Amino acid sequence: MAEIMYWEAVLRAHDEEMARDPLVICMGEDIGVAGGTYKATKGLYEKYGEQRVIDTPISEGGYTGLGIGASFLGIRPIIEIMSVNFAWLAMDQMFNSAAKVRYMSGGQLTAPCVFRSAGGTAHQLGAQHSARMEKVFMGIAGLRVVTPSSPKQAYGLLKSAIRSDDPVFINEHELMYNMKGDVPDAEYFHPLEGSEIARSGTDVTLFGYNISVHWCLKAAEILDQQYNISAEVVDLYSLSPLDRAGIRKSVCKTHRAVIAEEDEAPVGVGSEVIAIINEECFFELDAAPVRVHSAFVPQPYNHTLEMAAIPDHDDVVRAVLKLLGKA
Amino acid sequence: MTLDDKKRVLREMVLHRRFEERCYQAYIERKIGGFLHLYPGQEACCNGVMEAARPGHDYVITGYRDHVHAIKCGTDPKAVMAELYGKETGCSKGRGGSMHIFDVAHRFMGGYALVGGPFPLAAGIAKGIQMKGGDEISICFLGDAANNQGVFHETLNMAKIWNLPVLFVCENNQYGIGTALHRSTAVHDQYKRACSYHIEAAQCDGQDIDIVHQHAKVAVDHVRSGKGPYFLELMTYRYRGHSMSDSRGYRTREEEDEWKLRDPINILRDRLIAAGALNAEEFTQIEHDTDIYIEQEVIKFAEESPEPEVADLEKYVLA
Ligand SMILES: Cc1ncc(C[n+]2csc(CCOP(=O)(O)OP(=O)(O)O)c2C)c(N)n1
Ligand SMILES: [Mg+2]
Repeated sequence: MAEIMYWEAVLRAHDEEMARDPLVICMGEDIGVAGGTYKATKGLYEKYGEQRVIDTPISEGGYTGLGIGASFLGIRPIIEIMSVNFAWLAMDQMFNSAAKVRYMSGGQLTAPCVFRSAGGTAHQLGAQHSARMEKVFMGIAGLRVVTPSSPKQAYGLLKSAIRSDDPVFINEHELMYNMKGDVPDAEYFHPLEGSEIARSGTDVTLFGYNISVHWCLKAAEILDQQYNISAEVVDLYSLSPLDRAGIRKSVCKTHRAVIAEEDEAPVGVGSEVIAIINEECFFELDAAPVRVHSAFVPQPYNHTLEMAAIPDHDDVVRAVLKLLGKA
Repeated sequence: MTLDDKKRVLREMVLHRRFEERCYQAYIERKIGGFLHLYPGQEACCNGVMEAARPGHDYVITGYRDHVHAIKCGTDPKAVMAELYGKETGCSKGRGGSMHIFDVAHRFMGGYALVGGPFPLAAGIAKGIQMKGGDEISICFLGDAANNQGVFHETLNMAKIWNLPVLFVCENNQYGIGTALHRSTAVHDQYKRACSYHIEAAQCDGQDIDIVHQHAKVAVDHVRSGKGPYFLELMTYRYRGHSMSDSRGYRTREEEDEWKLRDPINILRDRLIAAGALNAEEFTQIEHDTDIYIEQEVIKFAEESPEPEVADLEKYVLA
């Protein structure tokens, strides 16, 4: 086990897979000579050359479609979209081409691409650079969506995504690239489906993914120490498909659920998880599930408003206390 | 431009330069957050074009490197700085930030953060002008790398077939973040791409304001007289990094120094001195007065202005 940063974990997965398979390539804006906005492709250009580490023009729709087309011939492109806010320009190709081609060709063609993109609210980047768009991606049949909460997942999910014959969207977070964590020294493949119990508990389940897992863990700590409440934290690293069995299992154990996401409601992971709880185990509930999410506004630039717009661990604690009738 | 005009413009350009440098400092002091894209080196572009147009009357739209364009259209520098400070008195009420300066009263239709996004908006504004029958024109300032977006081509095509009164100004500073133009773009002369849509187009030096102005005058007259769109490419250079976290490893210090030899402010200053319309002390005084103005009025205003109320978080979402 070595403790490395999230960006280093992403880089390691690229490097190992590119060394193994000459058909693995990566492409995106400023990923080559410049080494990538978040350093996730640092040094690869020097190592693998410009045929396989491709600095693209600012043509998101174009190069995403080009990568998908190459994947029809068995090339395995890892396409980096610098910020998920720019992915809107690429979504036509991701959704209409990559996600649907297997189905509409009756299984003849497949698009084994990986799309990686950083989303989330960083520091005052304003309305057009702060979006979270998981909810958009997870609603598209034919596309897998995963979102790593740790360097280990970042490494293992990317490895599995590259080997997957399906298109996979990997949702990263701008504020997490410098987060440290243990990653196994040996090669490791994280399953693309499922969920993980990040902390075990009995009174309430806190569902999170990506950055909100960390709010949930912090909230669980506070709930334990200050309120003697035992919270279980479930990491929904796969947003499509969502782990119905994992969600059911934890709710059957704790009988209460809070879902925390940075994305804004309405429409989102929270609504979807609650729908699954209703479908799977409604009569197990002791209280109505609660969503913690961002305000339904374009992200403001002003720092105070920005903080007011997005949730954090305190909001999770408050939601639990409310749900348990303690606030 | 008369000598008096040029002297006024020199003062403005000094303000534009010092304003941006002061932003840099404020960013280091963490008074400004988010992304910050500065304009030093490119001042002759905006000034040369807008001197040929009618600031405050013609519509202007641009990307995220937008402070100077707004000020040139007539936005109070205080309101721009207050916006960068995220204050309620900012031109976008503190909601927008550096990349989203808006001042519709001065027909500055905004700064947008997605590369290429303003192209069709500019054409749409031109469509609006056409329908309303005004004598305004729509001016779109964008970078060189933006021309690789699909909407560039889609917009040029529509602007031509519908004969829209829109002037596209390409500030070709040779880079899109850290990627040099020749690595990202097949056709190095951007104006030629517009020509392929049968749009009148020209390329010229973007460092010498007189040259920019001459070319812009032709362009603006063309568009205003109803002859349809025009594309003007200005060859320029940004001195600083793309944004604040850019160590400029993709270009050499020699290249930067070479461009600085043709500094737009120095070119104009020296020309005015040679014409006997300015002396060196006077210029130093202009710089000095500008700094005092920025410190004592612009910064002071931004510092002392109130923050938006948290209760107003959802204000401006819907009408
Ligand atoms: C759709 C989209 N893709 C990528 C980016 C990231 N980005 C911001 S500015 C920029 C470079 C633009 O270069 P250019 O158009 O030449 O303008 P300059 O910054 O040089 O003025 C890039 C890639 C973005 N903001 N929007
Ligand atoms: Mg440029």
